[in-house]
Amino acid sequence: MKFTLSWLREHLETDASLEVIAERLTMLGLEVEEIIDLRTVLAPFTVAEVVTADKHPDADRLKLCSVRTGDGGPDLKIVCGAPNARAGLKVVLARPGMTIPESGQVLKAGRIRGVESQGMMCSSRELGLGDDHSGIIELPAGAPLGASVADVLPLDPMIDIAITPNRADCLGVRGVARDLAAAGIGGLKPLTIEPVPGTFDSPVRVTHGLDDATRDACPLFVGRYIRGVTNGDSPRWVRDRLTAIGLRPISALVDMTNLISHQFGRPLHVFDADKLTGDIHPRLARPGESLVALDEKAYALETGDVVIADDAGPQALGGVMGGLDTGCSGATVNVFLESALFDSRRVAATGRRLSLDSDARYRFERGVDPESAVSGAEIATRLILEWCGGEASHLMVVGQVPAWRTEVSLDPMRVRRLCGVSVTGPECRRILTDLGCDVIGENEDGALTVLPPSWRADITGEHDLVEEVARVRGYDAIPTVSLPREPMPKPVLTETQTRRVTARRTLAARGLNECVTWSFLPRAHAEAFGGGRPALDLANPISSDLDAMRPSILPNLAMAAQRNADRGVPNAALFEVGPQFDGGEPGEQTMVAAGLRAGSSGPRHWDTAPRLVDVFDAKADALAALAAAGAPVASLQTVAGAPAWYHPGRSGSLKLGPKVLAWFGEVHPGVLKTLDVKGPMVAFEVFLEVVPAAKPKLTKARPLLNASAFQPVERDFAFLVDDGVAAEAMVRAARGADKGLIADVAVFDVYQGERLEQGRKSVALCVTLQPRDRTLTDEEIEAAGAKVVAAVAKATGAELRG
Amino acid sequence: MENLETLRAEVVAAVAAAPDLAALEETRVSALGKKGRITALMKSLGGMDPEARKVAGQAMNRLKDAVAQAIEARRAALEAAELNARLVREHIDVTLPARPQGGGSIHPISQTWDEVVAIFGQMGFAVAEGPDIEDDFHNFTALNFPPGHPAREMHDTFFLPEREDGSRHVLRTHTSPVQVRTMLGQAPPIRVLAPGRTYRSDSDMTHTPMFHQFEGLVIDRTTHMGHLKGCLQEFVQAYFEVDNVPMRFRPSFFPFTEPSAEVDIGCSRKGGELRIGAGDDWLEILGCGMVHPNVLRACGLDPEEVQGFAFGVGLERIAMLKYGIPDLRTFFDSDLRWLRHYGFAALDVPTLHGGLAR
Repeated sequence: MKFTLSWLREHLETDASLEVIAERLTMLGLEVEEIIDLRTVLAPFTVAEVVTADKHPDADRLKLCSVRTGDGGPDLKIVCGAPNARAGLKVVLARPGMTIPESGQVLKAGRIRGVESQGMMCSSRELGLGDDHSGIIELPAGAPLGASVADVLPLDPMIDIAITPNRADCLGVRGVARDLAAAGIGGLKPLTIEPVPGTFDSPVRVTHGLDDATRDACPLFVGRYIRGVTNGDSPRWVRDRLTAIGLRPISALVDMTNLISHQFGRPLHVFDADKLTGDIHPRLARPGESLVALDEKAYALETGDVVIADDAGPQALGGVMGGLDTGCSGATVNVFLESALFDSRRVAATGRRLSLDSDARYRFERGVDPESAVSGAEIATRLILEWCGGEASHLMVVGQVPAWRTEVSLDPMRVRRLCGVSVTGPECRRILTDLGCDVIGENEDGALTVLPPSWRADITGEHDLVEEVARVRGYDAIPTVSLPREPMPKPVLTETQTRRVTARRTLAARGLNECVTWSFLPRAHAEAFGGGRPALDLANPISSDLDAMRPSILPNLAMAAQRNADRGVPNAALFEVGPQFDGGEPGEQTMVAAGLRAGSSGPRHWDTAPRLVDVFDAKADALAALAAAGAPVASLQTVAGAPAWYHPGRSGSLKLGPKVLAWFGEVHPGVLKTLDVKGPMVAFEVFLEVVPAAKPKLTKARPLLNASAFQPVERDFAFLVDDGVAAEAMVRAARGADKGLIADVAVFDVYQGERLEQGRKSVALCVTLQPRDRTLTDEEIEAAGAKVVAAVAKATGAELRG
Repeated sequence: MENLETLRAEVVAAVAAAPDLAALEETRVSALGKKGRITALMKSLGGMDPEARKVAGQAMNRLKDAVAQAIEARRAALEAAELNARLVREHIDVTLPARPQGGGSIHPISQTWDEVVAIFGQMGFAVAEGPDIEDDFHNFTALNFPPGHPAREMHDTFFLPEREDGSRHVLRTHTSPVQVRTMLGQAPPIRVLAPGRTYRSDSDMTHTPMFHQFEGLVIDRTTHMGHLKGCLQEFVQAYFEVDNVPMRFRPSFFPFTEPSAEVDIGCSRKGGELRIGAGDDWLEILGCGMVHPNVLRACGLDPEEVQGFAFGVGLERIAMLKYGIPDLRTFFDSDLRWLRHYGFAALDVPTLHGGLAR
């Protein structure tokens, strides 16, 4: 919402400076977004006088002027091309070093056609004062020489404020002035609206085309016929005002509607009455109707749209925009003025559907004062008669003002309770009255009964009045108070939340870089990772490649790894901790720590050659994340195989009983192809919420350390087994052979090849025996070894290799 | 009997001349070994009378000690020389690079979140969470969004397909639905912080279709707007690690709070560099207000009995401000150069006692 300072002062009696007003506006919730104050910009420009203006020796169109500055120094020599440069003229002088507003360039002394020029005399356009560049500005003869032009020119600062959706009343200058007056910045000037008596009956009649069910689409229509007008330019001050707020002056009639719209927040429309066919009917649009609006675009209408139609069809979109065919022009002689009320939701829906923005729509969407239809028409009539002449008909009022009166009570103690600041009853009463409320009662407890004004439909409850009082009193008056809290803070994170943090930092410590990627991805990617259900498609995706909720984080990481490789940053190791989506209902999502390594284990190195990433990198990552998340890693079972996006022979699941805690493996080559990314890539997905919760413990004490005083003994065993035997089964069997004695079993060699028969492999285990109470004898070691061999043989069919 | 002094001189000279440990050992054996010259001399003691044996024995022992000492000294010298030679041989170029180790990193969003939790945890806020896919009630209705509000249109909000009953779920447009879930799920007093992904159908220089917010909610019988100011003032100063950040609470409007405010913090933009705290400019960082009575009612609470405040902050926004990250969109690019540059070390865990950020 834009306005100028002088426009505001027309409604607000105040001596406050622009700075004070701007500060107060922002602190009232009318946030100042921009101020254009040419008084500051133009302050360095001074009043000067042309003493002589002679022809330039080498150029017919240029003049060589001698200009008196008034600073006591010698007259300046200035070359000037303006036709109106003449001796005795008071001009606006710019000197070298000053910035010219129009171009933003710093003025330099120079030579023009071989003659030195020591300054510049400015046109309106050069100073940012308008479009006029036909000549230099002619200042009044009485302008004091040497004075700043900021003090001489009538410069009117422009203020642009942001209006929140609840403050429709401030979409007119008068509403802004009222808020400022309530906040102590001067007084609201009185406004009297003298009705214009009509002298004849309007030849255009208004009949409602709305039934009782749809009457709320346009509950009130006020019309007036004005005959015999001359639609020329509006007065200079009106054109200046509209220009200052970024509107283009068009004609007296149109400028009048814009002026009233921005002054009172009251949109109006003027029809050229001679272009109307028959009578006027506010009604809903009929199927197939269309309208060419004033923006010269054709709009197809739908039955929800409110139109102002004549007997020929729709001539305006109610509350949005008038029609081109019936608009006013310089030739308009008879005017039909419309001042109506439209349903804000219908206006919003129509405007949004047609992508049609207008000042009228902006105001009706937020809510126009229901009492302003008649007063708006009267103010408009007066301006038309004043600017364009003519004669006004009787006012036609069809429909009625919808009920808007609601009583709201306010207990001043409530302000203190909610806001922490005390405002006395009389002060509450004063503030609300200044805002236009009627305080119509007060009970013995001091609670006020308040009738908010017609322009404040946003005030419906006590909390609204509390806000008004707090806002006008100023949020600065609210004390800053610490929240009371426990002297020693307690932990706030739940176990699940802590796990997530630990898993994340563990993965980062393992050399993976954390990413945050979109929750949505291309449908084809979703399908490749077990998703793609219609319930998880977005109805209105931001783009066609972000149209499905992700069933897995991995496709995003794979794409990211490839993007990095394409940028020359290979060997990405990425992870993300975030949701994946299993269904379209709230809560059908799972918290996953997923990671992916691509390419090699690292860069080439003079000592250690990198290797391609493999499934055991992913397994180690998954186990580390699980351990960090509190999973009993020693009790986990590795089971071959994982979902379809993993390599079927090079992937596995980590399970705790029947629960799957994680998947890991090489990404399936077919999936890499679908994503169009280069392998190898290995990946893991850890399901943090499946990890069982820690058992509650009474103390943080650990079990006592039971370290043996006796040296452990290691014995190696090489077994021959069938290819299909899982190493983990052999390890488990060996470990179980003598639980009291065997502390650890490790696989230290696996061999498959020509020296063995087809389908067989050699697996070498290192078994650590840990005696507890004495050193083992050779016979005891021998016996333990025999148990290991027997147990592994029994469980897996392994033979000890000879 | 040989002249002992001559013998000593000869052997000591031989020891001194031994070029290496092997030659030294030979010399030792020839002097002190079983058949060595000094050993032979010692054997001759047996044939002497006691008096002479005593005198000669002492002299021979002195000789033996002297020779043994010379041998040990020579051995030490030779060993040292040999070690030195080995060390010279073993020289390598230590300027060669060490074996590479992947440098992992924590994303600025996670780091910032950990910082926020550290601060609000100190004020007794627990962390509440809710789903990304929300229903109309939790995302809009309960939060006092009127029917026909622009946020309810496809223009601004992501919708899922129509369900059997004709309704459509949305991707939550803010973390405020977690407020509603919290109030429906637990009785006051409530102090929670709700972080999460939020979604709006918007994509340009300064908007991404997904971003992160955190929501704060305090509900009890006495918390008022002054507490809101205090809480946010303390947060801002702790988070930006600047004392006395000027703060401005401006009246504003949100459907789910009243009175509502937007909060600006003081900053300076001198020389194109943004600095929080000092300066004469303002920077908007969050929206907040007292929870609207309609929201309390929708959550089954009586606005005559309980009250409190809520605030919502853009996580990326405050991360950008604190860490000087210029472009929102880069947060979601997974560009390793960016992740390594703006990311944080795994063990760089923010705490209030150790400082939030290095």
